[in-house]
Amino acid sequence: MGPAVTLVKDSPPAARKPRSAVSATTGRRPGRRRENLAGYLFMSPWIAGFLLLTAGPMAASLYFAFTDYNLFNTPKWVGFDNFTKMFHDPRWQKSVEVTAKYVVIGTPLKLLLALGVAMLLAQSRRGQAFYRAAFYAPSLIGASVSVGFVWRSLFSDGAIVDRTQSVFGWHVGGWVGNADWVLYCLVALTVWQFGAPMVIFLAGLKQVPRELYEAAEMDGAGPLRRFWNITLPMISPVLFFNVLLETIHSFQIFGSAYVVSNGTCGPADATLVYTCYLYEQGFKNAQMGFAAAMAWMLLLAVALVTAVLFWSQKKWVHYEEGAR
Amino acid sequence: MSAATTEPTLATRAEQPLPSRRRTGSLGWHLGALLILAVILYPVVWVIGASFKPSKDIINSLQLVPSHPILSNFKGLADGIADISIWTFFQNSLFYAVGAVVGVLISCSLTAYAFARIRFAGRNLLFSLMIGTLLLPYHVLLIPQYVMFQKLGWINTYTPLLIGKYLATEAFFVFLMVQFMRNLPRELDEAARLDGCGHFRIYWSIVLPLCRPALITSAIFTFINAWNDFMGPLIYLNEPGKYTVSLGLMMFRDSDGVAANYGGMIAMSLVALLPVLLFFLAFQRYLIDGMATSGLKG
Repeated sequence: MGPAVTLVKDSPPAARKPRSAVSATTGRRPGRRRENLAGYLFMSPWIAGFLLLTAGPMAASLYFAFTDYNLFNTPKWVGFDNFTKMFHDPRWQKSVEVTAKYVVIGTPLKLLLALGVAMLLAQSRRGQAFYRAAFYAPSLIGASVSVGFVWRSLFSDGAIVDRTQSVFGWHVGGWVGNADWVLYCLVALTVWQFGAPMVIFLAGLKQVPRELYEAAEMDGAGPLRRFWNITLPMISPVLFFNVLLETIHSFQIFGSAYVVSNGTCGPADATLVYTCYLYEQGFKNAQMGFAAAMAWMLLLAVALVTAVLFWSQKKWVHYEEGAR
Repeated sequence: MSAATTEPTLATRAEQPLPSRRRTGSLGWHLGALLILAVILYPVVWVIGASFKPSKDIINSLQLVPSHPILSNFKGLADGIADISIWTFFQNSLFYAVGAVVGVLISCSLTAYAFARIRFAGRNLLFSLMIGTLLLPYHVLLIPQYVMFQKLGWINTYTPLLIGKYLATEAFFVFLMVQFMRNLPRELDEAARLDGCGHFRIYWSIVLPLCRPALITSAIFTFINAWNDFMGPLIYLNEPGKYTVSLGLMMFRDSDGVAANYGGMIAMSLVALLPVLLFFLAFQRYLIDGMATSGLKG
């Protein structure tokens, strides 16, 4: 069983199933045209959505990226101006830096914690369901404004995090108001939501055949070796799925940065994540062309990361032989 | 929770118990798990306690359970914010969330049925496109969608927030339902077909009822996502009377971004979390199994 994403390369579900019994027994196949018609009728909401809300807007966004457009003028073709302006814009550079830092620090931490806790939980059945549910809960509420406010409060000057830190003689006066620390407040918020990838890891761990471990143990393999040579290869499809989805998602962080920074993306642009700057340019300054150009750069970055991950999976992701 | 145990859930197959490993170290296991639990739950416990504290104590007092709990934060909510009743925000959020659930259930299940059960020309291509949209950053669509909805005069309505849900743009749920439907025995629809049932009858009378677990999972996730949604309402709704709870919460800040009524803000935060927490307690099995399935089945 490969992860969901391998479906991109495979034929769709059920395609490889034998022809329907009806055709086999009666020799009559439901009319091909009728099947096509039924298929497209059922698909019509999706097709309309894909054309009107996905493909069309993507093309329009690409066009806007090369225009000067403020929503009320006629878009004026300016070639690569938006892109050159963007590359020379210190705040754009800052937003790239902030986002990159957030992705590079937050995603591995979150996934490591998710994997570690999943392995801990996988060891015992008693209490597993309870802990699994409790650890998963933050993933459901983490995106809410409420939790953003709670986070802002907990990381304020004089609140619990600051006081705990001060006990060790390390006084920074609350992370929220400190430009060097505030990004880690956002990292902590995403790491707190490790439950979603943990649940996926746990499901993957459950499918590793126990005999493999028993055989390895008999051969004298220590826990580290068993992890490296059995667990890791066996769960690599799930790991790949988690790395891909979590990375793509963290590129798109918006709400928590907006709320924790109180809508300022500060202090000193320290939480100016990419989408916050895009929002500011598009919806506060009505620079729709510039914002569209920014969005396409984000798409390119995400596509690049996706491509690299898919390319690299040949080297480290093991799919079961004869997997469906 | 009780409902979940009586019905087949999404990951029943993955649910087989492991032979329990050695029992030693079980104390350490529980200690480790409890320690993580304490850190994970701290913010939730904190917000409950803080909502019963006077504003000035909320940040600086480390007591989790206030020694002199007060109710004034909650009583203050009854007055609303800026002349708008809190209830208005909740009604708006409820409208958005329920509208989204209905749309996702109808449109995604129709699409999933076509992918899972109808053999039509171009299915492979469309399926790849659908999976591709799962990975597409929403922000690429943001600007042109806004322009389009603005030209249509839909700004400050819920239509831009809801239309995608009725047009099956939530690829994750389509995918979840396809995975579920393809595991249903084909013999059922073949028998129905022999009886002269068309696709719509099979979809409506056979496949949909059997898909209940997948539909419930999708419905709850959709509800929670809509309830938590911040960016959509922020962009499309600009009249406070139409604000959802997320935007209503932001109104507790004054123009400088300072919360004038900190206690009220924290109390409202707690109240806003309640529906999600209740859904979680009631349906956690569906949510967790749905989540686990998304990464496993292929």
